[in-house]
Amino acid sequence: MSIASIRFDNVTVAYNRHPAVHHVSGSFAPGSLTAVAGPNGAGKSTLLKALMGELPLAEGSIDRGGLSSRDFGYLPQAAEIDRHFPLTVADIVILGAWRAIGAFRGMTPAESDKAQQALKAVGLEGFERRHIGSLSAGEFQRVLFARLLLQDAKVIILDEPFTAIDARTTRDLLQIVGRWHQDGRTVIAVLHDFDRIQAHFPQTLLLARETIDWGPTETALSPSNLLRARAMAENWDENAPICEPAEGVRV
Amino acid sequence: MTVYSMLIAPFADYGFMRRALVASVALGIGSGPIGVLLMLRRMSLAGDALSHAVLPGAAIGFLVAGGVSLPAMGLGGLVAGLGVALLSGLVTRTTVLREDASFAGFYLTSLALGVLIVSLHGSNSDLLHVLFGTILAIDAPALCLVGGIASLTLLIVAAVYRPLVAECFDPGFLRAVGGRGSFYHLLFLFLVVINLVAGFQALGTLMAVGLMMLPAAIAQLWARTLPVMMLIAASTGAISGFAGLIISFHYGLASGPTIILTASLLYGVSLLFCPSGAVRRLFPRPHRAG
Repeated sequence: MSIASIRFDNVTVAYNRHPAVHHVSGSFAPGSLTAVAGPNGAGKSTLLKALMGELPLAEGSIDRGGLSSRDFGYLPQAAEIDRHFPLTVADIVILGAWRAIGAFRGMTPAESDKAQQALKAVGLEGFERRHIGSLSAGEFQRVLFARLLLQDAKVIILDEPFTAIDARTTRDLLQIVGRWHQDGRTVIAVLHDFDRIQAHFPQTLLLARETIDWGPTETALSPSNLLRARAMAENWDENAPICEPAEGVRV
Repeated sequence: MTVYSMLIAPFADYGFMRRALVASVALGIGSGPIGVLLMLRRMSLAGDALSHAVLPGAAIGFLVAGGVSLPAMGLGGLVAGLGVALLSGLVTRTTVLREDASFAGFYLTSLALGVLIVSLHGSNSDLLHVLFGTILAIDAPALCLVGGIASLTLLIVAAVYRPLVAECFDPGFLRAVGGRGSFYHLLFLFLVVINLVAGFQALGTLMAVGLMMLPAAIAQLWARTLPVMMLIAASTGAISGFAGLIISFHYGLASGPTIILTASLLYGVSLLFCPSGAVRRLFPRPHRAG
């Protein structure tokens, strides 16, 4: 699989001129497995939405390494999807074949087969005709992972994939994340559990409305960094002056 | 009274009843599936707002044609409805107002403008026609328009079913896979507006949305999958049209409101007897083992 590198250059995303996250520079190495960590309100989801092109940049640029939006697979936070929508598990999973079948073409036997395999890989064999409203939070997350499997994207972005998910489901889904990493895909995941990050994610971007550290997990999650992150995320001022970063802050 | 004289004779004997029947059945079949999608997007009241927004366009059509001309008023209504839909979308994207608030702002302006135009240049009975519809006065061209809109709606929904549903369920996903979500959102709003224009011919701007949302609510109470919901919505809309006309004919009631009240009756019965309804709550059955 061809691999892609994603570079951030002084990226700032603002709401009403207040930065949700600002002056982020650095890159996600090709095939890397990175956790994006930081306190609530640190700008993690905002940064990923900006990477997906969902939010405009107030400043800076993102170089997606020649990849188009179709090369990205995105798992939104659970709260962003209406789980009472009258669809079946199969309806959701086959959306993952969008690149192959688009808006109009029917499912080919090969794609149907892949969808079956994806459901099997997430442990939901036989669930095809179940309505999503009858699934537990963990089962629904498995369905979304199956959709991602079918999507076969080069870069996979997961926004809080394990929030409110039980230990067994988390373990199964982490195995899938590990497999994506072995395949050479770039995986970026917003996570809150530091033990889990240390156990499974070699790289970490620690955010607190700006980059605290971006590099190997053991150094990024040092106690002093975590303390700084906490202080900076709470630093919100209605009348803050115009932001003028000192020379040399940009990487 | 025989079954024939009760159910068939009104349509066999009177041309205006036949045309009203075809119009209301077509309206139910076209609007039902659209109403289901609108409801699932949590835009039920946006449909109501859009139906009011159709008025100034219809009023201008009325002025240009120099009287009640359904094609001219339909075209005007289409332009006005789409205009309000697009402006509301623009305001939602560029300001802090949510979609419901921006719809409310535009439709009230639009409704007031429409009533003003009609009252300046028309009579009170013209205003009543526009507000409450004239289903018994539908002529052949208007019938073709209503039928054409229902057919076009069903064809478009069938052709773009997958992206329409994907855009409705998870718009972020569709954007991510490059599925041109905003195009389908716009196409959907277009379908809503043309169905409201069709409904406006028959039921007036105040009740046009009735055959869209009541059958959709009924469908959501009974069905758990989208295709079945659309089927139930389309058939309850059509049944309401038929039953409402029969009742209004025999009891001398106004047809438009009777059709909507028939749908309301079905809605009330559904609230009582649907799987999550009042009767099941009063008489709970033992739960299953797995």
